[in-house]
Amino acid sequence: MGRKLLLEHAKVPGIRHIDTYIQHGGYRSVHKALKTMTPDEVVEEVKKSGLRGRGGAGFPTGMKWSFLAKPEGIPRYLVCNADESEPGTFKDRYLMEYLPHLLIEGMITSSYALGANTSYIYIRGEYRWVYTILVEAIAEAYAKGYLGKNILGSGFNFDLYVQPGGGAYICGEETALLESLEGKRGNPRMKPPFPAIKGLWQSPTVVNNVETIAAVVPIVNEGGDEYAKIGIGKSTGTKLISACGNIKNSGVYEIDLGLPVDEFLNSDEYCGGVANGKRLKAVIPGGSSVPIVPAGLFYKNIKGEDRLMSYESLSDGGFASGTMMGSGGFIVYDEDQCIVRNTWNLARFYNHESCGQCSPCREGTGWLVKVLDKIEHGKGATMADIDLLWDIQRRIEGNTICPLGDAAAWPVAAAIRHFRDEFEWHIKNPQLAQSKNYGLVKETVYQTV
Amino acid sequence: MYSNHPSHSQQPIVFSQEMLDQSQEIIKHYPEGKQKSAILPIMHIVQKHFGWVSVEAQDIIAEMLKIKPIEVYEVATFYTMFHLHPVGKYVLEVCRTGPCMIRGAEDICKYLEKKLGIKEGEITADGLFTWRTVECLGACGYAPMMQVGEHYHEYLTPEKLDNLISDWKTK
Ligand SMILES: Cc1cc2nc3c(=O)[nH]c(=O)nc-3n(C[C@H](O)[C@H](O)[C@H](O)COP(=O)(O)O)c2cc1C
Ligand code: FES
Repeated sequence: MGRKLLLEHAKVPGIRHIDTYIQHGGYRSVHKALKTMTPDEVVEEVKKSGLRGRGGAGFPTGMKWSFLAKPEGIPRYLVCNADESEPGTFKDRYLMEYLPHLLIEGMITSSYALGANTSYIYIRGEYRWVYTILVEAIAEAYAKGYLGKNILGSGFNFDLYVQPGGGAYICGEETALLESLEGKRGNPRMKPPFPAIKGLWQSPTVVNNVETIAAVVPIVNEGGDEYAKIGIGKSTGTKLISACGNIKNSGVYEIDLGLPVDEFLNSDEYCGGVANGKRLKAVIPGGSSVPIVPAGLFYKNIKGEDRLMSYESLSDGGFASGTMMGSGGFIVYDEDQCIVRNTWNLARFYNHESCGQCSPCREGTGWLVKVLDKIEHGKGATMADIDLLWDIQRRIEGNTICPLGDAAAWPVAAAIRHFRDEFEWHIKNPQLAQSKNYGLVKETVYQTV
Repeated sequence: MYSNHPSHSQQPIVFSQEMLDQSQEIIKHYPEGKQKSAILPIMHIVQKHFGWVSVEAQDIIAEMLKIKPIEVYEVATFYTMFHLHPVGKYVLEVCRTGPCMIRGAEDICKYLEKKLGIKEGEITADGLFTWRTVECLGACGYAPMMQVGEHYHEYLTPEKLDNLISDWKTK
């Protein structure tokens, strides 16, 4: 059984309510931090823990916090990124839905560490019932004196609000999120200045993912060193993984970083293997933006070592043979799934979600969809179209204000890199590609371990 | 009324006292002078009340927040959750993105199209239903799925859809 630092009490009846939450050890980190630690000491523990941002980029949280500018007389903000829109990712929803007070507790302790007296949880608008759960939990926390003026007699004043988005993947990008929170279109900002210097309303701001902020609670309770003992190398602690696609047991799991991917995918404690006795074709382990890896490169890296669920191991081999930890959105494809159709579908997603500011992304994602549509739907594509796709994705990557462009380019590049034969098959067999819903490619050579 | 364009309301738009109170409460979440941040939360209130967000409603929001109408229009047209023209009483939003697609989202759409007898984005003759596809709603593990109002309906099957639709018809 995996250790559970975050989700241990998720299924306790009534844990959404503050009394039950406190009975199970809730809000201890607030008592400990506000009464026995200075803000800098809290930051120090987070640094020691080795915690890395759980929103996708994996940037060390303690370091991010220490970059926060602290000019006199200007407010600072902590903004929680609960926009969760990366396809394959539904872990933050689970955490907030079952343990709203864990996030609120993390927000209080983290805001104390950063010296923020007002903070916001920006939640995607579609999670409306979760918004209501959070608002009710916040009201309970005010009533118990964990929010508001002079919390626990420490002199720390803190207000927390929930802000709903309006349906836009791009608002998960931190500067687009800040624009949106200011009541504007979600167009990412040029960096620098970084949010740590000029963020929300031009004030110094830290943006952190839901899970990152929740992890601060066990770190403060048990100490950063204890947290760092879990995991492997620079991948410390536990991680929430949302598993979906063609597997037996979809859902959200908390794992110790460093768990072998084989165990995660195939043991009954987690995914339970590929559903319906089918063979594994490919995996996207970190949300739709990270490269897809074929089964043959998934279980072991090219050196023949077991691949682990860690930042380093998943990216081992670079983009040639590896992928990324990303957001922890773990998508499994069985032997019947069509890679071309999937690539076309995801390209359409990025095209739909591009904010339109940068030409390479706005135009490039549109071209990706057009060319992929031609190949997938048998509309007279030629082999040169595969090279055209490659060319388009290369012209997007690295040429945009925010990483949405890269996120749109990488899935296309990885699909061509590993499944070029499947694209060629579609082009050679346009009738078949068109007539079958999923354009099944039984001839594809995929490897199983 | 200014226009027959579907983005305009053909009835006068009046915000109820409850809507005004809720909006004032939200404006308190932000520092002095930053009331513009309330656009999205207020648009949600408006959509919940009227079913969609007309140009007239957007003008009222602008007035309430003391900003230019264009500042509301440009936001309203950016975010996909807001209906900027009339829709059915129940809007069935089916997720079409990868993880849902590989678990049958396309079949769900075909079934809805046949069952309701309307194409994506249209309104049934009785004014009850609209269906459309949307991008990943964060329910990928429970696919196929759709959102209707504030609720997620997961692990969809034709039978489940039949039951939901007949419930809504008799409500
Ligand atoms: C297009 C795009 C979408 C993103 N979506 C999310 C998201 O939904 N949730 C999230 O926490 N981070 C998201 N991120 C990452 C954020 O920009 C940011 O790195 C993160 O919130 C920082 O928090 P962390 O350090 O705790 O991970 C996204 C980034 C990009 C480029
Ligand atoms: S892909 Fe449908 S909810 Fe995520």
